[in-house]
Amino acid sequence: MLQAKDIYKRFGESEVLKGVTLNVSRGEVVAIIGRSGSGKSTLLRCLNHLETVDAGSIAIDGQTMVENGPDGRAHYRPDKELRGLLLKMGLVFQDYNLFPHYSALQNVTAAQRMTLRRSPQEAEQRAMLLLEKVGLADKAGEYPCNLSGGQCQRVAIARALAMDPELLCFDEPTSALDPQLTQEVLSVIRQLAKEKRTMIVVTHEMNFARDVADRVIYMDGGRVVEDGAAQDVLGSARSEAIRQFAGEVGY
Amino acid sequence: MHYFNDPHALLQLLRAMRGGIVTTLTIFFATLLISIPLGMVVALLRMSRHKALRLPMSLYILVMRGTPLMLQLFAIYFAVPMLTPFHMDRLVATIVAFALNYAAYFAEIFRGGIESIPVGQYEACRVLGLSKVQTFSHIILPQVVKRVVLPVSNEVITLVKDTSLANVIAVAELFRAAKNEASRAATIEPLFVAGVIYLLMNGVVTIAFSRMNRALAYYKD
Ligand SMILES: Nc1ncnc2c1ncn2[C@@H]1O[C@H](COP(=O)(O)OP(=O)(O)OP(=O)(O)O)[C@@H](O)[C@H]1O
Ligand SMILES: [Mg+2]
Repeated sequence: MLQAKDIYKRFGESEVLKGVTLNVSRGEVVAIIGRSGSGKSTLLRCLNHLETVDAGSIAIDGQTMVENGPDGRAHYRPDKELRGLLLKMGLVFQDYNLFPHYSALQNVTAAQRMTLRRSPQEAEQRAMLLLEKVGLADKAGEYPCNLSGGQCQRVAIARALAMDPELLCFDEPTSALDPQLTQEVLSVIRQLAKEKRTMIVVTHEMNFARDVADRVIYMDGGRVVEDGAAQDVLGSARSEAIRQFAGEVGY
Repeated sequence: MHYFNDPHALLQLLRAMRGGIVTTLTIFFATLLISIPLGMVVALLRMSRHKALRLPMSLYILVMRGTPLMLQLFAIYFAVPMLTPFHMDRLVATIVAFALNYAAYFAEIFRGGIESIPVGQYEACRVLGLSKVQTFSHIILPQVVKRVVLPVSNEVITLVKDTSLANVIAVAELFRAAKNEASRAATIEPLFVAGVIYLLMNGVVTIAFSRMNRALAYYKD
């Protein structure tokens, strides 16, 4: 489904990704954990082309988005083709980034109309189904300023789902929320996992990672340090590095 | 106060100043009609990635905001015909000068508004596959409008009063008409009547903007 290989990314002097390789197969849920500054967000942003990689290759559905040229530097596909490939991926942000001037419903229909050129009726029908799925059908007409953080994040998830992405990425979807609201968002993601959606979830919720993810990736200093089945990486046989990290986050 | 007690005399005065009122309104609306879109274009160019676009716009804004509007009015009315083959009608020169001047102010207001929109809005648009034009027109611009209503209303109120500057190149606008009536009747009262008319215009402007504000209050930032 997704193959990212040897991704390098630097911001000025600091090298943030130092050769990250990540494969995700269809239906798999991958959790990415790691300390602040280890490059988790940067990795997701590179996959979604919010950042351009310096070197490395990314392919989705077997189609290459970017790969190294003979000069050893990354070369992207022409914009038009790239846009199509990027639509196979969705991203849910930590701070939602809902459109404040649109109601919950309009947030979910906007891109269906503009990007996918769906009819107003079709977009609305689809949006209502998704809002129902995230438990917010009764809030369809509300503006984000009148919704709680957890509700906003669920609208954002519905908005991403409306594009029918094959791979959905979450960047710490609950770290702006208090524990109560965190649970309502996590249960939506849990539901999506049950439906065998392919997902990459950057999270600090270790219990969630252990319970929901098929695989857990531990990043440190811009590298993937561990990559394995959730019960192996986070289970009782966990490594010294994970043991220490888990201690820091109180797991 | 002659005119304020005698409705008949007041009516006659207003009739004499009618042309001036129309000219003032013409300057006012023409200036807004040109300077608001022009200001948006200048703001976008001012934020361009290319220095060759950015720098001239900075200079333009600096000159327009840094020199007196009255001087700009003279420059356009007198200097342009001397340096170029174009001769400009007084009213046209006024509108050109006002539009160029106000576009600079609006440009800075719009730039401030655009730059205040969080980068996350652009990122959400990109992830959802919106084009640049869609992103700007559907997502960014409506939010900018809400954020700039107040500073724009300040400029519009100033514009109502600034139209009286056109009097310096002998455009027959409201202030000049009032001045003429004042010297003819040997009293400054027509000027006060003109003052009340400016005040009324700004009353309408104020009401219009507070309506707009209310219409935009359906969401909070
Ligand atoms: N646009 C940028 N410009 C410069 N440096 C950046 C930029 N984005 C990220 N960085 C740096 O890259 C490093 C990795 O950042 P990143 O946000 O990927 O970490 P993270 O693992 O997501 O951390 P957190 O858990 O705090 O979200 C940090 O040191 C950060 O300061
Ligand atoms: Mg992060």
